[in-house]
Amino acid sequence: MRSRRDPRHYQIVVLAALLAYGVLALDFQIEPGRASLVLATTLATQFVFERMRGVRGFDPRSALISGLSLCLLLRAAAWPWAAATAVLTIASKFLIRVRGRHVFNPTNFGLCVMMAASDRVWVSPGQWGSVALFAFALACLGGIVVNRAARADVTGALLGSWVALLFGRAAWLGDPWSIPLRQIQSGALLVFAFFMISDPKTTPASRPGRLLFAANVALLGAAIEFGLYRPHGLLWALVLCAPWVPLLDRWLPGPAYRWPASPTLAPKGESHVPLPHPRPVPARLSAGP
Amino acid sequence: MSRFRILVLFLLGCLLAPEPAQAFCGFYVARADARLFNRASRVVLVRDGDRTVLTMANDYRGDPAEFAVVIPVPTRIQREQIHVADPALVDHLDAYSAPRLVEYFDSDPCARRMTLEGRADASKQSAAPEEARARSLGVTIEARYTVGEYDILILSAAESRGLLRWLRETGYRIPDGAEPIVASYLKQGMRFFVARVNLDQQARLGTSFLRPLQVAYESPKFMLPIRLGTVNADGPQDLLIYALTRTGRVETTNYRTVRLPSDAEVPLFVKDEFASFYRDLFAEQVRRESMRAVFLEYAWDMAWCDPCAADPLSPGELRELGVFWLGGDASRGSAPNVFLTRLHVRYDAEHFPDDLRFHETGDRANFQGRYVLRHPWTGPTRCPEAEAYRRQLEERGERQARTLASLTGWNLAEIRTRLALGGGADPEPWWRRLWQE
Repeated sequence: MRSRRDPRHYQIVVLAALLAYGVLALDFQIEPGRASLVLATTLATQFVFERMRGVRGFDPRSALISGLSLCLLLRAAAWPWAAATAVLTIASKFLIRVRGRHVFNPTNFGLCVMMAASDRVWVSPGQWGSVALFAFALACLGGIVVNRAARADVTGALLGSWVALLFGRAAWLGDPWSIPLRQIQSGALLVFAFFMISDPKTTPASRPGRLLFAANVALLGAAIEFGLYRPHGLLWALVLCAPWVPLLDRWLPGPAYRWPASPTLAPKGESHVPLPHPRPVPARLSAGP
Repeated sequence: MSRFRILVLFLLGCLLAPEPAQAFCGFYVARADARLFNRASRVVLVRDGDRTVLTMANDYRGDPAEFAVVIPVPTRIQREQIHVADPALVDHLDAYSAPRLVEYFDSDPCARRMTLEGRADASKQSAAPEEARARSLGVTIEARYTVGEYDILILSAAESRGLLRWLRETGYRIPDGAEPIVASYLKQGMRFFVARVNLDQQARLGTSFLRPLQVAYESPKFMLPIRLGTVNADGPQDLLIYALTRTGRVETTNYRTVRLPSDAEVPLFVKDEFASFYRDLFAEQVRRESMRAVFLEYAWDMAWCDPCAADPLSPGELRELGVFWLGGDASRGSAPNVFLTRLHVRYDAEHFPDDLRFHETGDRANFQGRYVLRHPWTGPTRCPEAEAYRRQLEERGERQARTLASLTGWNLAEIRTRLALGGGADPEPWWRRLWQE
């Protein structure tokens, strides 16, 4: 019954609840049909690539998280753009790999590449009401407690650095605190911190590496937003910093992360590493051969 | 790297006020002038890439000698970057995008009132001592231009205290609380652009009103600073933004952009009071969003409209407003590639602490604030379906009453009373069928 403790289950519930609330109650400009298309496309792409890699069974969980995150952040002028972003998101996981690991967070990569390539795709960061935001923030924090935090350190470091940068900037400018407080009340920031940068598959393996990485992303994000005056600074920063993760791992090595998945889902030829503890700290999960 | 914020004049409405303290945000309201009660600013924002053309319209009706305004700008502005536009352009754009009753249109319910103030005698001072004093306070007058009826000064300053002191000494009243905001903007490298009316030029040009000022600049910042306008403001202010872009709809990135309820069916009597209907609808929606949202009133491809509250702007008019991607052949036929977004925000310092930041989306879906009147059939009805139709009318009347109450916050019982008195569905007169069978 280990898979019950897979942090992804909680994440899927939280994201799905938020998406439902966004579609039904808020003017998220997400149509149920569009959301279904994005989810179906991410799952189908995942299925196709897993088959091509010869994986037995089908694990939809990671793809579902990517798809739900996409639904919450992605806006597209027409459905082909949405579908293309979904395909690219999942394909990046299988096609861009270094030493057996994918390099980019799939959702982050899909969004940034499509935004750079086309003006028909965009992210709407400011469309969350404060009630939704508050509930979502609580749910995200609850997730850390419930799951004993798969890579909560990177989320904490990112949020800590980002908040420090925003408040530091406000202090330097002499602005009231209400301005940085307003800036951190962003649904996109929460999705980013709890569901993107925290992705254990694409963060550095060691804790010092992760803290350094998160601080780098925050710094670059702030430079993009407040130096270059471009929106979505953190999204761009993450996609730009991701290629450094393999280098960071070489410099500060650590154990690779593996989801607490069932053995049947391991790719052929890979031995599954049994979990050492009934409720382990995820960073140690894969300390195996 | 002086690519910073643009601060528009409505902000500075509160920053600059004449020494004789009669005209300054807080005081206007105290006059209880109905026109000023709903004060609103209008800004046309033409944007593509990093290029921006800002048109700031005002309805200042006071003594032109008392008009003065400061517009913070991101870069040094040359004479050619400043222009004076025909106010009819902004009025046309406003009429084209105004919320509408189907097939009828009303002028925008929100009166636009710029709270711009100035001083009488500043323009009479000679330039040389002004400049010397400015220098001694760390304020540099970078350039002086006369554009149309305006005298323009471009200012930069080492620190806010010097700039504010110079402005005070030059005759402007600076409200308490403005200094930290000016300091913040200055730290971000902004220059200040001061415009006041040149009475000789105005007399020569024969213009009796002040025309909109336009500024063209290149900066990655896509935002409107509203912070200064909230200093000492007595109550919330309205701002209408007409964004003209090439790709699609514009929305705010740091506040929610919410579509106003639209396509709602309302009772017929609304036709006679559309202005108050819309004013109350807007106020009600602001209340529901806890005054934390920017409202979308219109998003449409400039090539057409349906129904048209006013004709689309001609390519020539768009070019005058600064739509620079329309080529020199703009006046010739082909439909211009221009998308209009009309945003309406009611703001104050508490709910909108930060400036408005925007981004352009790829969304070209049309949206308009549109309210529907349905006149019932009033001719003779002698078919069996008539009874069902009458029942439908009653249900429809009730539905419309509830919609109206929900949209505007009006009292439902009063709406029902008005409908019963004949303000609604034009019921068939009781005597019509009396002798017909």
